[in-house]
Amino acid sequence: MSRFTLPLVLFALLVVVLAIGIKQSPDKDLIPSPLIGKPAPEFSLPSLTDPGQRVSSTQLRGHWYLFNVWGTWCGSCRMEHSMLLKIKQSGVIPLVGLDWKDDRGDALAFLKDEGDPYESIAVDQDGSEAIMWGVYGAPETFLVNPQGIVVYKFIGPITEQTWEQQILPRLPMGQTPAAAASS
Amino acid sequence: MIPELGQFALILAMLLAALQAFFGIVGPALKRDRWMAVVTPAVSGQFVMVATSMGCLVASFVANDFSVAYVAENSNSALPLFYRVAAVWGSHSGSLILWIFLLACWTVAAAIGTQRLPRAFAARVLGVLGLISFGFLLYTLATSNPFLRLDPPWPDGESLNPILQDPGLAGHPPVLYTGYVGLAVAFAFAGAAMLEGRLDRDWARWTRPWTTAAWAFLSCGIALGSWWAYYTLGWGGFWFWDPVENASFMPWLMATALIHSLAVTEKRGLFKSWTLLLAVLAFSLSLVGTFLVRSGVLVSVHSFAASPTRGTFILAFLIVMIGSALALYAWRAPLLKSEAGFELTARESFLLFNNILLVTACATVFAGTMAPLISSALGLGKLSVGPPYFNPTFLLSMLPLLALLSVGIRARWKRGNLSDRARPLVLALIAAAVIGCAVVFGLFTGGRVLAPVGVSLGIWIILSSLIDPIDRLRRHITVPRAVLGMTLAHIGLGIFVISLTTVEAFTAERDVALAQGQTAQLGGYEFRFEGIKPIEGPNYSGVGGTVIVTRHGSPVAVMFPEKREYWVQHTVTTASSIRMYRTTNILIALGQDLGDGRWSLRLQIRPLVTFIWLAAFIMAAGGMLAISDRRYRSARAEAPAVSPVTAVTRSEAG
Repeated sequence: MSRFTLPLVLFALLVVVLAIGIKQSPDKDLIPSPLIGKPAPEFSLPSLTDPGQRVSSTQLRGHWYLFNVWGTWCGSCRMEHSMLLKIKQSGVIPLVGLDWKDDRGDALAFLKDEGDPYESIAVDQDGSEAIMWGVYGAPETFLVNPQGIVVYKFIGPITEQTWEQQILPRLPMGQTPAAAASS
Repeated sequence: MIPELGQFALILAMLLAALQAFFGIVGPALKRDRWMAVVTPAVSGQFVMVATSMGCLVASFVANDFSVAYVAENSNSALPLFYRVAAVWGSHSGSLILWIFLLACWTVAAAIGTQRLPRAFAARVLGVLGLISFGFLLYTLATSNPFLRLDPPWPDGESLNPILQDPGLAGHPPVLYTGYVGLAVAFAFAGAAMLEGRLDRDWARWTRPWTTAAWAFLSCGIALGSWWAYYTLGWGGFWFWDPVENASFMPWLMATALIHSLAVTEKRGLFKSWTLLLAVLAFSLSLVGTFLVRSGVLVSVHSFAASPTRGTFILAFLIVMIGSALALYAWRAPLLKSEAGFELTARESFLLFNNILLVTACATVFAGTMAPLISSALGLGKLSVGPPYFNPTFLLSMLPLLALLSVGIRARWKRGNLSDRARPLVLALIAAAVIGCAVVFGLFTGGRVLAPVGVSLGIWIILSSLIDPIDRLRRHITVPRAVLGMTLAHIGLGIFVISLTTVEAFTAERDVALAQGQTAQLGGYEFRFEGIKPIEGPNYSGVGGTVIVTRHGSPVAVMFPEKREYWVQHTVTTASSIRMYRTTNILIALGQDLGDGRWSLRLQIRPLVTFIWLAAFIMAAGGMLAISDRRYRSARAEAPAVSPVTAVTRSEAG
């Protein structure tokens, strides 16, 4: 082998390594969040509706829930709102809101006018909780299982389609409205 | 309508790129003049189409068209116009469009620049560039189309994380990509030379300005990214050896080696096959970097939403581009003959060492970056190496490089006799050692063994770079811009070495115990502790201190270090306060309550940190100055009518 062939041989080896790398990387088409399959961040934040109370991840253990990042300043969240109300009505899974970098008065007024789809709402005033969740923008929604593991993440407003095709199929068959309502 | 127009233009651009590649590569091979004549119009056409497509994407962002998925996911109506435009390259698909657009710009520049060159050669250069462009356009259209519509459209887009709304972040990718993509031109020149099977000194001279320009952009882009990370993320570091950082740093190291190797090929007709290989590798590394960042095989803080489908596509592209270039190399390189020999202590030797060391450095960075991948491919589990690996191995090849640089600048081409040139060099070394040690031991206390060595080396590089230009000025010989540029770049390197050493070695740190109203001194700064007050955060409570920092009585900053207890984890964390003051970075961390009204505080000063980035810009400015040398503007090596003086300086310029 001539020394001039050496680069080609080394490159061929590199290609093999890279190909194995691709094969071993998760076989989902997109990896929207490194949190998927990992425990959701622990948190304990003041409640929006009752500042004396706290919303914490420990309270949520043992149930499926949707963790929805929103703010009144976010137009797409307003668009998503009617879908969130439908989800609440269905009673399949509770919604936990994270009011991100928002004005408390605005948020309360908005929920009073438009309806409140949330089981509980945590307040993230300085945006540090959103960073823990790797939130890039709002709205973003995380599906968390009873063991506190993030199962699915959706970026953008939830639509009927997302709900039926992405979220519902990920829930166990036994997830009945009654079981969800007890949370 | 506009997004569809953009997509349509993108498809047309791909077809034109295919024409450009086909006629550019096959035309000269079959010696068909009319085929070659198609290449330049195809370049112009492709540029117009790519620019249209880019324009359509920008227009969709400006008009807040949230029916376009990419716009909706990366922008919103509340975003200021400036950031809406910058959001175009904020994510994967759009950054590819930017990549392609910049490649089209470089291609047009290359089409203009190669007009004076032999026709077949110019056609081949543009043909290779067309092939690269075709690959990226196909990739974008097949896997990452930014013009896809949403049904129904969103009323408003995603609201971005405020940390990403930053001028540094807006400017860093275009500059970095300009550098990355610019290396494609050097690659294309190498490809054309290999297709032709001929490489002479003229080839090296034609290739040099392109390489240097790409290198200068790359330098600025890396510096901008590092600067952004430093002041925004506030982690107190400017380089993390993150895979994405390495992906930009490896091509930079290769391009630096290439610049020096090209100098030898141009001056002396040596190192031909080596130069060719470097030109291929520099761009190949930017392609591999693209692969690593976008395929999701490596985890990085910079991660785009990665996808193995995209990874597979880029891998196929890598095999076609790099594989064929290296196969061509294996076939053609043995034909290239060196035109002369040289003595051991001639300048050629030093540049050879320069190349070996730079390539070694690049190889160590590459090995470290690939380590997690290789270990998992071999079934050894996830292994990842960090600064404890990178710092010493990198230093190991950089120290001899810096030590040899000054001697190398003074060495003559071909002839090895250094004795008559050594005197100013030795004087510079003595001066540098004296100044370096004086500065190190005089101004700072403590420090490591490497500190005087590093500072002296940096000063030596600066002084010895100046010997030649000063000598010429004293003899009233015009200093060509190429020499001035080289000098400036080496001075930049010297400043870089000095500031890096200073930052690493003289980060002064002091733990003090202060009661309210008491002061402490560190590095010429006075810290006055103004007491503690309780703080209440959304998910933590704690205490915050106030410290007034002054220098010689004039105010520098008021800083608020905090100590937080998070309610859930019951962990106590320190939120340090960090400020930049001129070239110095000041950090204050709040420690323990000592009980008697005093608190422990950690004070830290990082001097000269700003010069690290400034040095990179000086190097880039040097590169740009060198490109403007008139020697690069003629097609032939020696224009017939030059004055004797310029003729002399030309043969000396380096």
